[in-house]
Amino acid sequence: GGSGAGRERRDELREELLLSPLPTGDVAATFQFRTRWDADLQRGAVSHYRLFPKALGRLVAALGVRELHLALTQGFWRTRFWGQPPLQAPAGAELWVWFQPTVTDVDKAWKELSNILSGIFCASLNFIDSTNTVIPTASFKPLGLANGTDHHLLRYAVLPREVVCTENLTPWKKLLPCGSKAGLAVLLKAERLFHSSYHSQAVHIRPVCRDASCMAVSWELRQTLAVVFDVFSSGQGKKDWSLFKMFSRTLTDACPLASQSKVYVDISPKNKEKELLEVTPPPTSVHEAVVQGDKKTYAVYDLLSPSLFNTSRSLNVQLKWKRPQDSSEMPIPVLHAQRYVGGYGLQTGEICTLIYNTHPYRAFPVILLETVPWYLRLYVHTLTIITKGKENKPSYIHYQPAQDRRRPHLLEMLIQLPANSVTKITIQFERALLKWTEYPPDPNHGFYVGSSVLSALVPSVIAMKDVDVEQSPLFTSLFPSSDGSSYFVRLYTEPLLVNLPTPDFSMPYNVICLTCTVVAVCYGSFYNLLTRTFHVEEPSRGGLAKRLANVIRKLRGVPLL
Amino acid sequence: QVQLVVPVAVVFSPGSVPGDLPSPLPFRDVQEMEISVNLRTSVTSRYEMAYRGTTAQEEAALAAATAREADAALRPLQDVSMGSLTMYVVPETSSLLPQGTSVYVGRHRSALVRAGGSLAALHARLRQVTQVMSFTATSIAAALSDRVPDGRLSPDARRSLKSSLGYEITFSLLNPDPKSHAVDWDIEGAVNRYVKPVLDKLSLVANFSVDSQILYYAVLGVTPRYDKESSSFLLSAHSLPHVINPVEARLGSSAASLYPVLNFLLYVPERSHSPLYIQDKDGAPVSTNAFHSPRWGGIMVYNVEAPASPQASLPLHVDVDMARVMEVFLAQLRLLFGLSREELPPEFLLESPGNEGLADWELDHLLWAHTVENIATVSTTLTSLAQLLDKIGNIVIKDDVASEVYRAVASVQSAVAKLAMGHLHSAFQASKEAVTSSERAFFDPSLLHLLYFPDDQKFAIYIPLFLPMAVPILLSLAKIVRETRQRKKEPTKMD
Repeated sequence: GGSGAGRERRDELREELLLSPLPTGDVAATFQFRTRWDADLQRGAVSHYRLFPKALGRLVAALGVRELHLALTQGFWRTRFWGQPPLQAPAGAELWVWFQPTVTDVDKAWKELSNILSGIFCASLNFIDSTNTVIPTASFKPLGLANGTDHHLLRYAVLPREVVCTENLTPWKKLLPCGSKAGLAVLLKAERLFHSSYHSQAVHIRPVCRDASCMAVSWELRQTLAVVFDVFSSGQGKKDWSLFKMFSRTLTDACPLASQSKVYVDISPKNKEKELLEVTPPPTSVHEAVVQGDKKTYAVYDLLSPSLFNTSRSLNVQLKWKRPQDSSEMPIPVLHAQRYVGGYGLQTGEICTLIYNTHPYRAFPVILLETVPWYLRLYVHTLTIITKGKENKPSYIHYQPAQDRRRPHLLEMLIQLPANSVTKITIQFERALLKWTEYPPDPNHGFYVGSSVLSALVPSVIAMKDVDVEQSPLFTSLFPSSDGSSYFVRLYTEPLLVNLPTPDFSMPYNVICLTCTVVAVCYGSFYNLLTRTFHVEEPSRGGLAKRLANVIRKLRGVPLL
Repeated sequence: QVQLVVPVAVVFSPGSVPGDLPSPLPFRDVQEMEISVNLRTSVTSRYEMAYRGTTAQEEAALAAATAREADAALRPLQDVSMGSLTMYVVPETSSLLPQGTSVYVGRHRSALVRAGGSLAALHARLRQVTQVMSFTATSIAAALSDRVPDGRLSPDARRSLKSSLGYEITFSLLNPDPKSHAVDWDIEGAVNRYVKPVLDKLSLVANFSVDSQILYYAVLGVTPRYDKESSSFLLSAHSLPHVINPVEARLGSSAASLYPVLNFLLYVPERSHSPLYIQDKDGAPVSTNAFHSPRWGGIMVYNVEAPASPQASLPLHVDVDMARVMEVFLAQLRLLFGLSREELPPEFLLESPGNEGLADWELDHLLWAHTVENIATVSTTLTSLAQLLDKIGNIVIKDDVASEVYRAVASVQSAVAKLAMGHLHSAFQASKEAVTSSERAFFDPSLLHLLYFPDDQKFAIYIPLFLPMAVPILLSLAKIVRETRQRKKEPTKMD
């Protein structure tokens, strides 16, 4: 009986690399490794792991996690110039988790979870506490199977100060069944990955439907890694690139445990021009799809097809531009945003967010989530939303004011963006004075305010076909697609760096020094006065006046004094 | 002082009563033994012997054909409380015990002992059996290994795991060469069949959780040596310590719990390194092809037979023979818990523990050792806390920490009292509570607040005050010294 049950538990691994040249000449590489396990990871039910990493599986089972999304990011995805990202994450560390309804104390589980994750990924996630955790009501819906979306089971936190480096990458790679020994993961060499404009690694765990009928649950672990290389400046002004140039490695085989291992190269013709670029070696197939409202063409290399490694031992995908492409006509994404701090002085300031809708004729709503730490005291009455010179009233507002040292501000709004418009959202704040122990090291660097999150269903220009999720490439299937006419986009704005009034931390020491010196000087003279012995000294020869007088007396013949 | 009391019932079957009994049956007797661990610590063991004759039912049970049947038949007639033992003395000529054996230890808490003629000989034999079935001086010393002076403890005694409230057992299959070997193991079935009965029995001692994983591309840290004669690869005994470290990095810690982890690794060597054999210190291959690491776990090498035809397509499908593997791992598990069945005199016959893998008296053996160890741990923890408090006066002991300390002390006192009364099970429970409370007190995060504010820093802040104040004092001191010296030199000048 036991052996039969063991065999039934299927798990499969798919690995995928998407290489897309960006309009500015950079190249974005997005790795996705998906482990799907046809088992129910409920509390204690499963304890025998094969492809799914045990550390994460036990975490999900022990803490009643329904869905977990962790991203560690260095750099900022410039949506305006690079286009819509396949997967964006805010700078620093982002963690959002849906818990099972059976979890009674969500806050305790959340604290425990962030501590354990901080141990697994060597990140400072243990700094997640009530002062940076929020419970969004509308922005973060479960991406996997969910019955009921009671947002009290959701926790969301961002640590914008977190620096991502090799020590976070190594444990992330260790979770892959093949490690970095075989398959696409051999390209993940830390020294190249962190020599880039943008680096984001993520872990997504969620329950999904086992099959089309959706009678049973499977668990999915997606490990994604997106990196943007600046090939334009490192390649002497040429936009040509190859795998070896970017990763200083080439591919030699697929991970033997993977059931699918593919490399996609975005070769979509830009601006209706035909065939500007050429990829070598010739791809095994060409895949056409509508991705994020755009018709895209991909050259596909199937690492599991035996023909690929027939001619040469390794695969080094190369892309050459046939003639220099003029970069002046960059396509502007339909939705993008920008944020900055305004105002002057150290008392008050203003957070300004600009949201662009460049769609020529369609308006659409967007949900904006703003998390501001408590030490910036927001004045909600100063909130203004202006579109095309007129006030734009949000159709939904959820505002939770901060409590000092307890919880941050949470502002969620549903804003309608008219076609071809810019919406400016401003809100004023006052800077609080912190206690001296609350300042982080190097307080003059400033305090980070996490990115605000924009979630929207963007209307598509081209109708999308309904495709089977299991068959389509991984980079299209993280977010559930709604219908054919629109697609889901989640964008993050820049994190803000705000200066708070910072005291002179050496002042107490200076005061002590000064006071001590004064006391010491007083003490010194008093002591001198008390201990000095006074001698009466016999005048030996008298002063200058007396001698002068005697000289005169001598001259005058008068007796001396 | 800790006193371990073992209630022993000695039951004489007809015809086995020695001639030189001090008084007519039934009567009671006490034997004491002192186990000294170091100069300051010693444990007294006290055997409360109750001598009596058999009842009619016991006589009927002892009339069984074999010792095993007698053991099973006697089971319902005994005192079943933990830690208590029953010895049945059978006549010298009894055919119940096989030829050459004089002691038969059953599966439960009883033994059959052949009468040895005189009372003194019987006493010696009884003492041996009771020690095997409860605790020996070495097992108590191993439990208190922290207090034993260095070098006095054999390496075997340092092997067993420290007492803990729970253990996690992880079975890992290491497949460094997934391209050539597709290894499958029915770990779930094997755990249910072989491991679970043992752990069910051990659940009195601690909580256990079992899980398993498969790790690919996990290699040993040592390159095995090729042996031409046998055309195989060899891992020598002295290289084994280097094997574990690189593997351990992949094993993954148990982030979700604080219990110690027992690792059992099954290593399927790469095709280019097969077959792989482990050599012992003398260079002979180890028959089980496995070794264990004290307080860590065990590793077994599982060789895959080369395919009959070299053209066989890769990867080769391998189904692991779990019975063979689990036999080795369970033996290692017993070793790690200090339940070795070696070092017994030849006239002892131990009944095999059967499917449960553990006899009742072996469980008692564990409980005795763990109770003593827990009591020692609590006293060490509380002493360290007290020493820490003496050293660093800044530590604030909150009320809840204080109450944990009181609770720990109360529990440990009750554990000691229960031990002196011979109630092993309740003593063990009390010692567990004491460990929990004392650890909670010692590791309370509130102890760490403002811990590090040393005196030299406080002094440094006041240097601007002390230094200028010291200058006139020192100068005048120097002046006084100079004056007195001058006065001594010219005493005549003074008048």
